[in-house]
Amino acid sequence: MQKSFIAQNPSVLWFLASLGLFTLIVTILSEATGVGLISTSFVKTLGKVLCLCLIAIAMDVIWGYCGILSLGHFAFFGIGGYAVGMWLMYERTENIVLQSLAERSIPPTPDEVTEAIATQIFGVVGSSEFPAIWAFSHSLTLQLFMVILVPGILALVFGWLAFRSRVAGVYLSILTQAMTLALSLYLFQNASGLRGNNGLSGLQNIPGYEAVPQSVISIAFFWASAMALALGYVLFARVLTGKMGSVIRAIRDDEARVRFLGYHVESYKLFVFTLTAVVSGIAGALYYPQAGIINPAEIAPIASIYLAVWVAIGGRGRLYGAVIGTAFVSLLSSWFTGGGAPNVNLSFYTIQWTEWWLVLLGVSFVAVTLFFPGGIGALFDRFKKERS
Amino acid sequence: MMRILLLVLASLCLPFLAHADSLQPILQDHQKVIAKPSRKTVAPALEALVASGLPSIPEFLQTWQDKGVYTRKSDGFFFYGSKSDGAIQFIDIDTGAALTNVDEKAFKQIKPNGGVRKAIAAALVPFGLSDPNLNRRRDAVQAIAQNMTAAQLPQLRASIDGETDPALRARKVQLSNYLAARFDQNPLDRIAAINAMARDLSVEGRAVLSQILETELVVSETLPSTNVAKRLAVGTDLSSEEAYALLVTHQGLPAQLRPNDIRLALEAHIENAQVGGVPIHNLNETEKRLNAYDRLAENNLVPPRITDTDITTALQTYGLYQVYIEPNAEITEAAKAAQTSVQTRVGVNQFFDLSLDAISLASIYFLAAVGLAITFGVMGVINMAHGEFIMMGAYTGYVVQQIVPDYTIALMIAFPLAFFVTFGAGVAMERLVIRWLYNRPLETLLATFGVSIALQQLAKNIFGTQARPLTSPAWLDGAWIINDVVQISYIRIAIFVLALLFLGLLLFILNKTRLGLEVRAVTQNPRMAASMGINPDRIKMMTFGLGSGIAGIAGVAIGLFAKVTSEMGSDYIVQSFMTVVVGGVGNVWGTLAGAVMIGTFQKGVEWLNPSNTLAAQTYMILFIILFIQFRPKGIIALKGRAAGD
Repeated sequence: MQKSFIAQNPSVLWFLASLGLFTLIVTILSEATGVGLISTSFVKTLGKVLCLCLIAIAMDVIWGYCGILSLGHFAFFGIGGYAVGMWLMYERTENIVLQSLAERSIPPTPDEVTEAIATQIFGVVGSSEFPAIWAFSHSLTLQLFMVILVPGILALVFGWLAFRSRVAGVYLSILTQAMTLALSLYLFQNASGLRGNNGLSGLQNIPGYEAVPQSVISIAFFWASAMALALGYVLFARVLTGKMGSVIRAIRDDEARVRFLGYHVESYKLFVFTLTAVVSGIAGALYYPQAGIINPAEIAPIASIYLAVWVAIGGRGRLYGAVIGTAFVSLLSSWFTGGGAPNVNLSFYTIQWTEWWLVLLGVSFVAVTLFFPGGIGALFDRFKKERS
Repeated sequence: MMRILLLVLASLCLPFLAHADSLQPILQDHQKVIAKPSRKTVAPALEALVASGLPSIPEFLQTWQDKGVYTRKSDGFFFYGSKSDGAIQFIDIDTGAALTNVDEKAFKQIKPNGGVRKAIAAALVPFGLSDPNLNRRRDAVQAIAQNMTAAQLPQLRASIDGETDPALRARKVQLSNYLAARFDQNPLDRIAAINAMARDLSVEGRAVLSQILETELVVSETLPSTNVAKRLAVGTDLSSEEAYALLVTHQGLPAQLRPNDIRLALEAHIENAQVGGVPIHNLNETEKRLNAYDRLAENNLVPPRITDTDITTALQTYGLYQVYIEPNAEITEAAKAAQTSVQTRVGVNQFFDLSLDAISLASIYFLAAVGLAITFGVMGVINMAHGEFIMMGAYTGYVVQQIVPDYTIALMIAFPLAFFVTFGAGVAMERLVIRWLYNRPLETLLATFGVSIALQQLAKNIFGTQARPLTSPAWLDGAWIINDVVQISYIRIAIFVLALLFLGLLLFILNKTRLGLEVRAVTQNPRMAASMGINPDRIKMMTFGLGSGIAGIAGVAIGLFAKVTSEMGSDYIVQSFMTVVVGGVGNVWGTLAGAVMIGTFQKGVEWLNPSNTLAAQTYMILFIILFIQFRPKGIIALKGRAAGD
C-alpha cells in the first residue's frame, strides 16, 4: 500500500508551518508595518539566511543523501547572483542615464544611450563597451532565465565529464573546488566583463520601485526567500521520496552495488547535481539583491566549505537539519563578528569575540565532526526515540 | 749671438706663456657664468674651458662639480677651498699655493645645481676616459653608454689603446662599436660595425639597432625618394579611420565628425524646435540626425560631413609611408638583417629563460605539495590544514630571525626548528582528530578544515594581519646572470636545490629505510602489517608527522620569497592538492611530474599572455579539470594491489 507523500514526510508539514509562522511574525514586527521591533537591516539578514538555508538544503541533498561532497555549489550561487545583478545594474543605470540625457536639447539616439550606460558601468575597469555576456541584460525575463540556465548547463557539463570518468569521493571534492577557484579567478580579471574585483553593486535598489521604502522591499524579498525555501523544501522532499529517493540513498551507501543492480548511477548523480545547482542559482539570485553587492571574493572556495560546515553541524541526511544548522551558525556568526557577544575578561587576557570567533568555530567544528556526527538534527532523533 | 737672441725672445714671451698656461684668466672671461651657473648658460663657458686644452681643466671641473670652488668677493677671482679642522684652506688655482691670513667671509662658495653638475659631468667624460683612476674611467664609460653622441666616438677610440684594465677595455671596444654603428662617417665602417652586432644580445645593442632603424611617418602622393621602410597598407596595418586620422594631422584634411560633434552642431542650430526643417523630437535616430546635418550643410551653416567616399578617395590619393630617418639604404638593410638575427637569438634565449622559470615554479609547487604527497598521497588523509602547516613553518622562521640577528645562522636554526614544530603539530592533530576518522575521508576533510580556520585566526591574533618579512641572507641576494636575456635569482636556485634534496630524501626514506618499509606495508594492508608485528597506529602517526614537518620546512623556503601572512597557506592548498592529484596519488615521482606539468603549463600560458597571471591560473585549473577527466588516476598511476580501491 503506497502511503501519501505527506504521510511519508511528516517533517514537511511541520517545516512549512513553522516557516509560515516565522515569516508572519517577522512581517508583523518589522518596520514595514510600523511596529519596528525588527530593524530593516535585520530583516535583510533574516532574508539572506533563508536564501542560505535554500542552498544548504541543496547541499544536503547532494552530500547528505547522494554522498557527493561538492565544494562548488557556491559558484552556482554566485552565478545566480551575477545573472540577476546584471539586470539590476543595467536597468538602474539606464534610468539614471536617461534622466541625465533628457536634459539635452535633442533626444538621445539608442547608440548614445547604450554608450552612456556602458561608460557608467564599465568606467571602473577602463572600458566603455558592453561585453558579449551582457547581451540579455536589458531584459529581466531573459536574465531570470539565465539564473536557471547558466548554473544548470555548467553543472550538466561539469557533472557529465566528472561522473563519466568515475571521479568520486575526495577527488570529486577537490575537482569541484578547483572549478570554484577557476571561476573566481576568472571573475577577478577586469577582462571578464563583470567589472573584475569591483563586482556589481547597488543591487538593493530595485528599478521601477525607487519610491518604495527599503523597509517594504526588504519584507518583499524576505517573503520571496521564504517562498523559495518552502518550494525548494517540498521539491527536494518529493525527489527524495519513493523509488528515486531510495536509489539516490543507495548510491550514497554502496555505489557499486547499485550499478550492479542495473541502475545507471551516473544519470542519477547528474540529475541530482544539476537540480541542486539550479536551486543554488535561484538562492543566489534572491540573496544578492538583499546583500546589495556581489564580487568574486564571494565565490572563493572557502565559501563552499563553509556551506558544508553548516550542513554538517545541522546534521546531514535531514533537510530540516541543514536549515537549522545554517540558520544557527550564520546567525551566531553575525552575532559574534558584529560585536554582539560580550568580551570575556580573564585576569591576564581579554577574549574579544571578533578575533576569537573563528577559532571557536573551527574548534567546535572539529568537535561536532568527532563527537556528534549526526549534528543538531540527531538531537531530534534522540528526542523521538525517548518518546516512543 | 743666436743664444742671446733666443734668450731675449724667450724672456719677451715669458709673460705671454705664463698667461697661456694659467686657468684664472679664462675663468675670469666667464666670471659671471661660473660664479652663478645655470643649466642654460653654462654651455659656452664649459666649451671654452675644454677648448683651452689646459692640463688643469679636469681638476677644476671636478672640484667645481664637488662644490669646492670659491670666489673672492672683492675681485671675483676663483680659488679652491678645502675644509680642514673647521677652517677653510684656500688654494690658488694656478700655482697651488695656499693663501695665508685670509678672512673666510671674503669668499663665497659656488654651489652648482643638479642640472649644471650634469653638464659638468658630461664635459668631464672625455677627460675621464683616460683618467688614471679606474673608477673615474668606469664612470666616464658609463656616462657615454647612457647618452651616446657622435663627438664621443673619436675620444673613446683614442682612449682604447691606453686602457690597462682588460674588462674596461672590452667594454670600451663594445661601446665604440655601438658609436661607430650609429655615427661613423664612413658608411662601410658603419656597416661593418652593424654586422658585428648580429650576435649581440644586450639591451643596449638592441636599442642601438632600433635607433638606427627609427622611422617617421610621411604622407605623400608619390613614393618618396628617401629611404622608405614600407608603405602602410590600410586595412591590415591600420584601419581606414586611423589612416584618415593620420591624414588629418599630417595633411590638414578636414576631420571626420564623431556622433558627439554632430549632436553639438545640431544643438547650435535649433530654430523653432526644428533643425534644418526636421522637428527635434524626431532626432533620436542616427540616420535622421545625419540627414538634418546634411541639410544644414547645404545651407552652408556647417561644414559638409566627411563621407566614407571622401575617406576612400583621400586614402587613394595619399600614401602613408614609414621612412627611415637614416638616408643610406645599405645601412638600414644591414641593421635590419642584424636585428632579425638578434631577434632569433633573443627568442631562443627567452625560451631557455622561460624553461628556467618553469622549473623554478615547478620546484615551488613541488615543495608546497611534497608534504601532502605523503599525508594525502601515501596515507589518503585529506589535510586541509596542510597550508596552515606551511604558514606555521614560515612564522617559525620569522620568530627565529627576530631572536637571532645573523640571517645565515637564523636560517640554519629555522629549518630544523620548523620541522620539529610542524612535526609536533602534525602528530598532535593525528592523535586528536584524524585517528578517529580514518574510515570517513570526507569528514576528515571537514574536521581538518575546522583546524585550518582556527589556526589561521590564531596566527592572525598573534602576528597581526600585516605581512611579516622573512629576509634571506646576503649570499642569496642577486641573480646568476648568464647573458642579457637569461638570468635566474640565487634564491630560486636554492629552492630548486632544496626541492631536489627533498625528493632524494623522501625516496630514500620511503624505499630504503625500515620506516619506509613499514609505512608502505601499513598503507597497503594495515591488518597484515599488524600481524607482522608492526604497530600501525605508531607508523601512521610518524608518517603524518613527517608529512607535516616537511610542510614546515617548505614554509620557511616559501617565506623567503613570498610574504608571510596568516593567509599564505590558503594560497597553496588548492594548488598543492591538484599537484598531487594530477601527478598520481601514492607516489613521490607522481608529485614531481604533477609539479613540473603544472609549472610548465602555467609559465607557457603566461608567455602567451604575459600581462595576465590570473588568466594563466584560470586556464591552468581548467586544464587540470580536463586532464583528470582523461587520466583520473594522474600521470603516474599505481597498478595492481597498491592502487587500492
